[in-house]
Amino acid sequence: MNPVVGAGEVVLQAEGLTKTYGSGHTEVIAVCDAALAVARGEIVALIGPSGAGKSTLLTLIGLILSPNAGRIVIGGTTVFDDHRMCVNVRRFRRQHFGFVFQKTNLIPFLTAVENVRLAMEIDDHPSRASKRRAMELLEYLGVDDRAGHLPSTLSGGEQQRVAVARALANRPSLILADEPTAALDSVRGRQVMELFAKVAHEQNAGVVVVTHDHRALDIFDRTLEMEDGRVREAAMSAW
Amino acid sequence: MNLAGRDIRHNFGRFVLTTIGLGLLLMLVMGMGGIYRGLVQEATLLVDRIDADLWVVQKNTRGPFAEISQIPANMEDRIRAVPGVLSSRDFVSTTIQRERSGQPLRITVQGLSWPEDRGQWLPIVAGRALGQGHYETIADESLKLPLGEKIHLAKDTYTVVGHTRGMNSPAGDGMAFFTLHDAQAIQFDQPGEAVRLERSARYGRAERIDLGRSQPQVIERSLGPSSEIPALGPSVISAVLVKVRPGVNPNQVGSVIGKWPDVSVYSSNGQRNLLVSGIVDRARRQLGLFRILLIIVSAIIMALILYTLTLDKLHDIAMLKLMGARNSVILGLILQQALLLGILAYGVAYVIGQWAFPAFPRRVILVTDDLWLLAGIVVGISVLASLLGIAKALSVEPHEVLA
Repeated sequence: MNPVVGAGEVVLQAEGLTKTYGSGHTEVIAVCDAALAVARGEIVALIGPSGAGKSTLLTLIGLILSPNAGRIVIGGTTVFDDHRMCVNVRRFRRQHFGFVFQKTNLIPFLTAVENVRLAMEIDDHPSRASKRRAMELLEYLGVDDRAGHLPSTLSGGEQQRVAVARALANRPSLILADEPTAALDSVRGRQVMELFAKVAHEQNAGVVVVTHDHRALDIFDRTLEMEDGRVREAAMSAW
Repeated sequence: MNLAGRDIRHNFGRFVLTTIGLGLLLMLVMGMGGIYRGLVQEATLLVDRIDADLWVVQKNTRGPFAEISQIPANMEDRIRAVPGVLSSRDFVSTTIQRERSGQPLRITVQGLSWPEDRGQWLPIVAGRALGQGHYETIADESLKLPLGEKIHLAKDTYTVVGHTRGMNSPAGDGMAFFTLHDAQAIQFDQPGEAVRLERSARYGRAERIDLGRSQPQVIERSLGPSSEIPALGPSVISAVLVKVRPGVNPNQVGSVIGKWPDVSVYSSNGQRNLLVSGIVDRARRQLGLFRILLIIVSAIIMALILYTLTLDKLHDIAMLKLMGARNSVILGLILQQALLLGILAYGVAYVIGQWAFPAFPRRVILVTDDLWLLAGIVVGISVLASLLGIAKALSVEPHEVLA
């Protein structure tokens, strides 16, 4: 299928993505000939039943796993084509992506502000500048009063906000979130989804969110549905 | 941002306990080296301090410290007559064991050639040198005999008039210095009954021989002390210490005396080497083996600790990789912790050692060169020990964050 994209500059263009696990009788096709495109400032929901391949597609786009076939272009740079990575994966990830997961994966021995700074400092940002930006981000996300606290002392919602702040730290062009609200109640879950929409629109980043929470789909600019490893535009009326 | 420091801060209690445990282990390694140095120093202390050019001992023996050496008391006079000899002194050394306050007290008895030698050359830290020809002693402070204490040895009572510091025999026993005659009296002491029986037997033998019958004085003297009968006097000294005249080569004098059929001659260095290679060598090898084993054990424990610390952080390491962290960031995290653990444990070993080593029964001497060498080894094993953790960390895939 041809990916449909919003009005802005295309930040993600993926075509013919395929990922299989195992071989022969045990082969499982997780993603099959998937295509999607996301524009800057656009927030896209990726929905579908368990095992449909949503998370796998996200890891392919995020260069965490290599596809078996397909092509990925991010911000105009071809990063995967012809069965091989075309860029230094780690450097590209830290400079262009922000990741948020269901489990926040904050480093437990770093405070909230240090977790945000870490993302910048591993990209060689000066310490003072990274600290200033980390505080700005925490303030932007409303958790600046918890900056000096360790993750274990933060609530689930606060942890997720810190994780979002960390994802935004290096001004990524694309934010990938895998069920970021699954561990939150519906009110807090909606707040986080609204936060992603705010980030997409105000920070001009493309945001792809894998979610099971259909109650918050009205927040998204577009909704894509996955089934049996294939992506298609969802008919909103069905939800 | 220093991740290693932040992680340690987070697991401070565990890190401190680990450091102390490893520090105690390293203290043992440090102590083993110190004990060896102490052994060498104790073994060679007297030879170094006594300042003799030559040691004359019983033929084909290795000297008074290695085995029993007995030479005639008049050997000193014979040696003094050799050209180039400035002075000669008798030397007696023997170890005795007595009880004091219900505890065994081992004393290495050293004889000083009174009146030339009153023990002024000794490291006297309290009291004075010997002031009279009998019944005084200078005791090492390790014997814990207070000044003025009267001790009964053989058939006489001796007063402690001075204290030395660090004067121990190669076996680690504290030394006590007496005049030569007193040392001999202690060394060759016999029970009164044995003396009476010996004199009686001697009297009987003298009565039965022609000499005794023709010379009544012989029979009369046979009832006196053996040491006063030249023909019957035992070999009562262990060695003769020789000092040569300035400008004279000690080896030349030694070669002259060495040709005598009843003695062997060693230079001070020769005597020193005999002590080190004979008495200390086996202990050195044993201590060396223990040190190597302890270092290996330390390295294994460090490796296990660092590996466990790394396993605890695998998820975080996967997250770091997912965020795009270079391998150097992850290497730095583990390596810095390993080095910090090693260096701090070394510091703990040194500090606790300073407090504990003086309480050890044998002397422990920490030499700067040994400390630097051990520091280098600790850094080395820290790096080696971290390799296991590093290998594990580098094998983690970013997608494991999602697991």
